[in-house]
Parts: sequence; structure tokens; C-alpha cells
Amino acid sequence: MAIFREYKNTGKDRSAEDRRRHRELIEDSIKKNISDIIAEESIIGKSKDKKIKIPIKGLKEYRFLHGTNKPGVASGSGEEKRGDKISKPRKQQDSGQGGADQAGNQEGEDIYETEITIEELIDYLFEDLDLPYMERKKLSKIETESTFKKSGYKKKGIPPRLAKKRTMIERIKRKKAYIRTHDDFDEDERFPFHNEDLRYYRIKEEERKESNAVVICIMDTSASMSQTKKYLARSFYFLLYQFIQMKYQNVEIVFVAHTTQAKEVTEDDFFHKGESGGTYISSGYQKGLEIIEERYDPAHWNIYCFHCSDGDNWSEDNQKALQYAQKLCDICNLFGYGEIKPNYTRSAIKALYSKEIDNLNLSLVTISTKEDIWPSFKEMLESD
Amino acid sequence: MEFSIKELIDWNKQIEDIIYQIGLDCYPQEFEICSFEDMISYQAYSGMPARYPHWSYGKAYERIKTFYRYNLTGLPYEMVINSNPCLAYLMKDNSLLLQILTMAHVYGHNDFFKNNRLFKEGTNADYTLEMFKNHAKRIREYISNPGIGYRRVERILDTAHALKFQTSKVINEKRLSREEQVKRLQEKYQPQPKEFQLLTDEKAEQEPDLDKIPLKPEEDILNFLIEYSDLEDWEKDILQIVIDETAYFIPQIESKIMNEGWASYWHYEILNHLDLPQGMHLEFIKRHNQLISPNEGGLKLNPYYMGYKIFNSIKEKNPEQPEKLFEVRELERDESFIRKYLTFDLIREMNLIKYDERRRYYSISEVADEEGWREIRNTLASSVGMNKFPMIKIVEFSKADNILYLEHEYVGKELKMNYATETLKYMTELWGGVVQLETIIDGVSKKIICDEDKEISVKGV
Repeated sequence: MAIFREYKNTGKDRSAEDRRRHRELIEDSIKKNISDIIAEESIIGKSKDKKIKIPIKGLKEYRFLHGTNKPGVASGSGEEKRGDKISKPRKQQDSGQGGADQAGNQEGEDIYETEITIEELIDYLFEDLDLPYMERKKLSKIETESTFKKSGYKKKGIPPRLAKKRTMIERIKRKKAYIRTHDDFDEDERFPFHNEDLRYYRIKEEERKESNAVVICIMDTSASMSQTKKYLARSFYFLLYQFIQMKYQNVEIVFVAHTTQAKEVTEDDFFHKGESGGTYISSGYQKGLEIIEERYDPAHWNIYCFHCSDGDNWSEDNQKALQYAQKLCDICNLFGYGEIKPNYTRSAIKALYSKEIDNLNLSLVTISTKEDIWPSFKEMLESD
Repeated sequence: MEFSIKELIDWNKQIEDIIYQIGLDCYPQEFEICSFEDMISYQAYSGMPARYPHWSYGKAYERIKTFYRYNLTGLPYEMVINSNPCLAYLMKDNSLLLQILTMAHVYGHNDFFKNNRLFKEGTNADYTLEMFKNHAKRIREYISNPGIGYRRVERILDTAHALKFQTSKVINEKRLSREEQVKRLQEKYQPQPKEFQLLTDEKAEQEPDLDKIPLKPEEDILNFLIEYSDLEDWEKDILQIVIDETAYFIPQIESKIMNEGWASYWHYEILNHLDLPQGMHLEFIKRHNQLISPNEGGLKLNPYYMGYKIFNSIKEKNPEQPEKLFEVRELERDESFIRKYLTFDLIREMNLIKYDERRRYYSISEVADEEGWREIRNTLASSVGMNKFPMIKIVEFSKADNILYLEHEYVGKELKMNYATETLKYMTELWGGVVQLETIIDGVSKKIICDEDKEISVKGV
């Protein structure tokens, strides 16, 4: 006779630990593939709390398996003829085209779709990255955000700061005291709150002292900067922008677009508008220097200046550009020059910088493809 | 629950009576009533009440749950493990009929576990639960040992899981120690006194190389690592744990179609013998038909369907020998079962087709007709059970160039490349040196080499 064991609610979540570990490993894999995700056009310039869906390949349990060329047997309808073709579901087709990752219809190919906000993504991205040369410059003159902190109790205050728990305690104290002195007190009797029971939080204002940062983004928007190049530059700035914002509470960003002339533009224009014309790189630097002089005293501000260009400068401008670049290196914590060169060549201007400028604050990188963005970004910030 | 335990016990009594009449030979049965969440958990851990922790079970849990969330098969009802007493779970939210159906089905599996040769020889049902519990305990001890810790245990488990199916397909094979192997080789090559000394050609037998590692090509990779790698003892112990658990599951992998077919055949018989009220009878027919539906169009094959069909046909073909069925369930495994009993008639009845995979589509290469059916049967037989896994043999460890040579036994099916390279990396991780695998890619022999830094390179032979 079989034994039946009745249902017991143990409340135990047996697989919790293994699920947690699995998720942790998935997060790791997101982090590893993040540059691919970031290279997707769709997230650039989007608002931070926008949720994006990213497909994550489930962690594979690798083992030796047969590939896709193996034949199979299935039950059909009886209508099939030799040579009939049955198309694959789209997803499989895609992975089939992917070459290396020919996943096919095997079980074990699990794609999880995880929804994360761009902010979370950025957090993952920058978790292990730090800003170089982050000095605490003199404390800022512009007011930093002040926060309020609870600190003790007081008897008078405004209703929103009523400390309910403390008030309860006070009433109980008073009640116990009352009982001690009144033997005839009936426990069931109502014992209402009194004004003197009320307690309020005492609030202390805390001023946070933060060093301030300004990021000056200078972008070449001349005609030679094709759509692709501009896209690469913008993706790069997008990362930068997010990153600096995360690391500093107080960060100001200045956008400068230049052709032969430079002007300060809004964020929106910077990321979305195109221009045309020739190139004087020096004009962008000059504008940057002007802005620094006017608004951001290097003694108080951490200044980060970045320039993206394809390096197609008119040669008569090169010396002037070099001169200004040197100056920028001197006053900025970091001056980064990202060269956008889809064909892996190298421009005269970059060669000139690396030869002539001997300053730790200078960082030069070349970006050729979408996939380069993240590594170059890291390289630029990690450079010593 | 829409039923009481009392009702279950009553129905079970009736089922047991029928089982006795029809001659099923079962271990004592235990049913545990559990919640949906418990059920998914049990499924993730292959039904074991205790099992060592590993992220892959967390993944399995999430996958199974997603699977049910999208309602791909309705509610989970079947979970039974090969142990003595046989342990099965009943999900409390299922209908009474579903519980009855599950119980009947479980007895089918129970009988199969107790009587099929693979299970009898390859597993020790008396100690199933103890074994898994003991393994869990050992692994947890390694994890909580401050000198080892979670990550290092995980590293070994990841690798062991990747390689666990690279093992002998012979059930319950006795492994010879190196000394025994050496002794056998020596005996074999001992010059025998010959009867016609002068007449026979004095062909010098090649002396066997007794220093060779391994002595003969080895298909059991984890055992090879235990014998020849310089892993620490606790690491080897973990490998041994995985080997033992894999050995427990291999009979199930090797007999999926038979096992499900057998259980489905008997639940159908049993429920027809039961005196079910009409409403429940209709639900039974509906459930049964779902369970053994052909899965048409999805280019899949439902093992319940196939197994059920074959057992039915065996019964019809042998009306005078009811014991024939029992004999088949005792002796066969999926591969032989299909080769012997999947007939032309059955293939035609089931409209089986053979397909080849192309990049964007599947192309149908054989249909169920006079010319095609044998090919269909053979293709199926050679892809079921452990045949899913390619055979990789360790040929030699060359001390001179410090390379471990592996060979893929090519049977017309290529390796899935990205999986092969990742698995090789695992191999390198534990072996600690260069590993080279010879296989065939696009019809050409290639060497896939994984060096110490786990860099993969592919070269022509």
C-alpha cells in the first residue's frame, strides 16, 4: 500500500541560492557584453529612465554537442514530399546567419529578455571605472546641494515631522506613571494622547561639500565628418556625459561644435544637429579656452576637455591647434582627443600631438568602429 | 485542493489492485503532495529531495517556471524518481482525475525502473536518495571549507558538468585500474610458445608501450582526469560525485521513449479498468490524447507518442504472448527498441519524416514510404539517448610536446563549434596544459587547439 505524504507548507524556497548565483552570472555576462549593447544606436541620447529591453542569452551550459548538420526525425502530416522545405522560425534564421553562433532549435538556447533602464546599464558599465586625476580642487563657490538629516527630537515642530513612534512611547510613559499614582485606574479606560506627548524630529541641515567638474565637449561638425563618424563621436560623448554625471554630484557640461568657427551649442543641438564646412580645429580649442577663462577657474574646477574629430584639419591650422592643445593640457585634468577614423589610418594632427605634447593629461585614442567606442573610452580614462 | 487525501488513498487502492492483476512489478510507492513551487523545484533538481548547489539548477528553475508561465503544457503533473521506495510528487492544485492519471502513470515508471536492465545494472535504487544527499553534503562541506570556498567548487562543477556525458555508453562497465590494464596488455603480448615454430612467420609483434597515457584511447574524460591530472583530492572527489550522478541518470537518458511509452501504455490500461464517473472519464480521454499527441508540425517527436505507439503495436503483433511486452521492457533501450520494433507500418502510420537542416530552412529528405522508412528508422535510432552526445576520445598525452590529444569519432555529424571550443577551454582549465581536438569541419580534418591561455586556434591536419 502506497504511502501518501500530505502537503506541508515548509515556506522554504529551495532554489533561491542557486537562482541568485545564476542571476549574478547573467549580470556578469551583461557587463561583459555591455559594449555591444552600448553600441546600439537606439540608446544614444535617450533619457536616463527610459527602459530598454535587452535580450540576454541565457548562460549556456557548454558541452560537446553535434552541430546543426545532423539530420532529424519528426512526425509530419503525411502530406510531405521529399525535397519540401520548411522554413525556420525567424529567430533561428538570424542566429544561423550569425556564423559562429549557429544555435538552431536545440533546447538549451534560452534567451532571457531583461528590462533595464539606461541608468542601470550605465551603472553596470562604469562600476569599475574611475576618473583619472580626480583631485579635490578648492571647494566650490557655487552652492552644492544641501540635504537634511534627522537628528534627535523636539517638542515643537511642524506636522510632517511628527515622530509617531516616539510620540507613542511618550504616551506609554505617561500612562505608566499615571497608573503608579492612581490605584483605581481601569486598564480598559481610554487614555488619549496629550499635547505634551507629541514629539517632532529635529532636522539638521547638512551641506555637502563637493568638488565640481566641468566637461567641455568639443566636436568637429565639418563636412568631412560623415554621418557614421558623427554617430561614433556622439556615442562616445554620450558615454562620457553619463559617466561624469555619475561620478560628480555637480557637473557642468559645455558643448562646443566647430567647423572653421566654433560656437557653444545646447545639448540637443550637439547630439542631433549636423553642420558642414571646413575645419579649423584650433577654433574649437580657442572657444573652449575662452569658456574656461570666463566661467571655470581651474583652481576650483576639475576640468575635462574632450575633442572628437576625424583629424582632417586644414594644415595651415595645425600649429595653432597644437599650441592650444598644449594649453588645454596644462589647465585641464584631462584632455582627450578621440580620432574618428573608420579606415584605421592616422591623421597628421594626431601624430603631431603625440610627438609634440609631453603631458600626462593628454590622452589620444582612435575610434574606427562601433565596437571601438567602449574600449577607447576606457583607454582614455584609464591612461596614466 | 479539490479532493481529500482519503479520496486519493481510495483510488490508489483500486489502482494497486489492477496493477496486481496485470502483473506490474513495482517498488513500494510513496506519493508526496506538494505545491506548484515545490514541484518546479523538484523538477529543477531532477526530483531529488537533496542535491548539491549549482547555478545550473537555478537556471533550470527559471526556465521551467517561464515555460509554465507561458502555459506551454498546462500544469506540471509528473515527477517520479528511480528509487526504492519509489518517490513521486503530486501537485496539489491538479484535478482529482489528473492525480489518478499521474498515479497510474507513475506505477508504470516504477515497474520500468525496477525491471529494465539498464536500471537494474546501472543504478542502485535502494541508495538513490542517500547517494544524492551524501553528495550534497560533501559538496557543501567543500564550499564551507575556508581553504576551498564556493568559487573554487563552482569552477570544478562547471567543468565536470561540461564533460560529464563524455563517458562510456556501456552501462555498469567495470573500470580497470592502470595496473590491471598493464597486466592484460603484457599477457596479450607475451610470446606464446608456438606449435609450428618453423612454419609460422616470425613476425615481430610490436611491443605495447606500457608508459603510454592513456594505455588505450579513453572515452571517459572525467575518469581520465581523476587518474592522470594533478588535481587536488577534493577536486577529484567532486569529479567522482558528478560521474556517479551521471551514471545514475544515463539509464533514463537511454530509455526516455520506452519509459514514457511504457508508463503511458499502462496508465491507459489502468484507467480503463477503473470505474471512473463519466465526467472524469472524458477528462481522462482528453488528457491522455494531449499527452500522446504527435506534436505535428513542430519538427519534433513526442517520446510519449512514439513509445506508446510502439508498445501498442508489439502487443497487437503478439496476441498470444502477453509476456512479450514485459520482455521488451526488461531488455531493450531506446536505440534497440526502435531498431527492432519501429516497423514500416508504424512509421507510415505516424507519418515520420527525416529532415536535414539548412541555413534557413529544413529540407525533407525522406518520407514514410517503401524507400525511405529504413533510413528514417536508422536515423532516429542513432540519434536517441546518449547518441545525442558525440564521442570524443582521449588518444594520448604527449609528454614531449606537452599536448593532450583528443579525437572526435566522426559519424557524419559535425561538432557544434562554439560549444566545442568552450568545452575545450574547460578541459584545458582542469588539465592545465594544451589540449588538441581532431575533428572534421566541412568535410575536412581539422585540429582545434586550446593553449594554456585558453586561446583557440584551428589548423588543418
